[in-house]
Amino acid sequence: MALPQVKETATEAKLAALSIPEGAAWSTSIREDALARLRKVGLPHRRDEYWKWTKPDSLNAPEPTPAALFDAGGENPVFDAIDRLKVVFVDGVFDPEASDDLSLTGLEITRLSDAMATDIHWAKDLYGTLEARGQDPVARPFAILNTAFATDGVVIRATGKAEKPVSLIYRHQSETSDAILHHVIKVEEGAEVTVLENGPAAARFNKVMEVDVADTGTFHHVRAQGRDHERQAVTHLFGRLGERSTFKSFTLTVNGVLTRNECVLEFTGDDATAHVAGASVGDGKFHDDDTVFVTHDAERCESRQVFKKVLRNGAIGVFQGKILVKEGAQKTDGYQISQSLLLDDDSQFLAKPELEIYADDVACSHGSTTGAIDEEALFYMRARGVPHHIAQDLLVLAFLAEAIEEIEDQELADDILERLDGWLSRRRG
Amino acid sequence: MGNMLEIKNLHVKLEEEDKQILKGVDLNVEAGKVHAIMGPNGSGKSTLSYVLSGRDGYEVTNGSATLLGEDILGMEPEERAAAGVFMAFQYPVEIPGVGNMTFMRTALNAQRKARGEDEISSADFLKLVRERAKELKIDAEMLKRPVNVGFSGGEKKRNEILQMAMLEPKMCILDETDSGLDVDAMKLVAQGVNALRSPDRGFLVITHYQRLLDHIEPDVVHIMSEGRIIKTGGPDLALEVERNGYENLKAEDA
Repeated sequence: MALPQVKETATEAKLAALSIPEGAAWSTSIREDALARLRKVGLPHRRDEYWKWTKPDSLNAPEPTPAALFDAGGENPVFDAIDRLKVVFVDGVFDPEASDDLSLTGLEITRLSDAMATDIHWAKDLYGTLEARGQDPVARPFAILNTAFATDGVVIRATGKAEKPVSLIYRHQSETSDAILHHVIKVEEGAEVTVLENGPAAARFNKVMEVDVADTGTFHHVRAQGRDHERQAVTHLFGRLGERSTFKSFTLTVNGVLTRNECVLEFTGDDATAHVAGASVGDGKFHDDDTVFVTHDAERCESRQVFKKVLRNGAIGVFQGKILVKEGAQKTDGYQISQSLLLDDDSQFLAKPELEIYADDVACSHGSTTGAIDEEALFYMRARGVPHHIAQDLLVLAFLAEAIEEIEDQELADDILERLDGWLSRRRG
Repeated sequence: MGNMLEIKNLHVKLEEEDKQILKGVDLNVEAGKVHAIMGPNGSGKSTLSYVLSGRDGYEVTNGSATLLGEDILGMEPEERAAAGVFMAFQYPVEIPGVGNMTFMRTALNAQRKARGEDEISSADFLKLVRERAKELKIDAEMLKRPVNVGFSGGEKKRNEILQMAMLEPKMCILDETDSGLDVDAMKLVAQGVNALRSPDRGFLVITHYQRLLDHIEPDVVHIMSEGRIIKTGGPDLALEVERNGYENLKAEDA
């Protein structure tokens, strides 16, 4: 079926500004295949059901909207005090000077372009694979675009228990940068790795992370997106889970005029666990969209989605979450909650929680709420001498707690809380 | 002894509707004294406590209320608290996600800061809270839990008194503190309150029943009805109410 004219025009305009990076034959073939797939589905249009609450126009545009750099003052970046292996990208380009030596016990880390220049590399079987699997039943065109045109990234293979987290740091220096990064992570049987991500990355950022967790493997992911108010980001996290494996991802989103985070998970082995959580706080021109799709195609797996958004001054939060339980995925335990706290009448939360179940012996639940601050609790605290703004902040943090508790590592959770505290106190002025 | 709390000709109506609730309340609570206000449901007792603590929804149409000579009605609730007003809630609010300890330390330090005092150190705070909690039979578990979440009625009221003991207010207002308490819980709460009685602290105990006043002995008892104080007397007045009910007093007043 031919693409609608409006989509074809937008897609071709975008493609005119991009070219496939050089690499070994296998990488070129994967990228060309992705390009063909993209031409087939086209870029999203705001009339697409999946994009009805988040306008893709500025992401579609051939050129990014410039984004001013944000001065965080003397505040240390998140994860600063964590012992970690730093991998730094500046406006989407790997910076070896600022990065640590890419070697760590239990891990193999290679720059994507190096892996792609090699004729035989394990990443060949994974790059674009989970992304392609994640295109059905809903197309994710920006992820396809990413597979075709990603200019940098890392490929990580965990063969044992990584001795410390890998920390991907995205610095933003140019007001007009347009970055496309693609990471591939393979967690082997029984291996364990934690990946951290932070930083505004670029004026416009398109990032894909494909994570393949083998049987009994463990993947932890903690991400802090923020700082630059004007930045835009569209990200995809694809995960495939083997038997008895664990996948836990948490994202904090503060600031950003546009953020679309898609998380697409697939259970292929029995008895696995996946938790995806997000906490976001938005003030003013802020649009934050979490779109999650979890497919249960194995028995006795547990999935959990916990998303909390605090919005004010016209900020907009979106949640589209789906749990698909395929035939035969018995004893599935699926849970999904999305909640917003609106601090004024100007802010909006739009949610679409969905369950689609084809197995008859499962426990799945979903809930979504929108509420205002609890005035009774606020008065109670004020009557004890807690000033209004501090009382409100305590209630905001309490509201977000359920999502933050999804971070297993206490040190990382504390760091995220500190980040939130900083944001709240800056808003107090 | 000087007046701690001085209420003069206080008239209060609901903000949203044209309903006068307090119709000229005059009341002075001296430092070191315990005053009790008794009255039937709907007499305006609780409204008086809300207005003194600064709850939204009420409009003062006339009169004044001062703490040690300073007007409190124009203050924000947190300013009143820092000035020394404490109200023990009839229905203490549950606050999921906010730890009881965090809450008390935040409140204590905010008050100290507002008064220009140094913040209390974590170690000193811990020591203090453990000491005071022990007297009220509040265990470490209750201190760790979110504020009032999952607390029984008695635990909630004990937690109110613990906050009172930690914040050391000048003027304590107890709003129907006995409601929902069994005799043992009431005794514990009363002990807590009695331990806080001191020459430089005033108490206003609002209650429907006389039974609480067996345990917290008042110096002065006021009877409130239809937005006014209709009778003031000694502790015996409470016993009289217990015997004859409010209707007789109202008739007498008329």
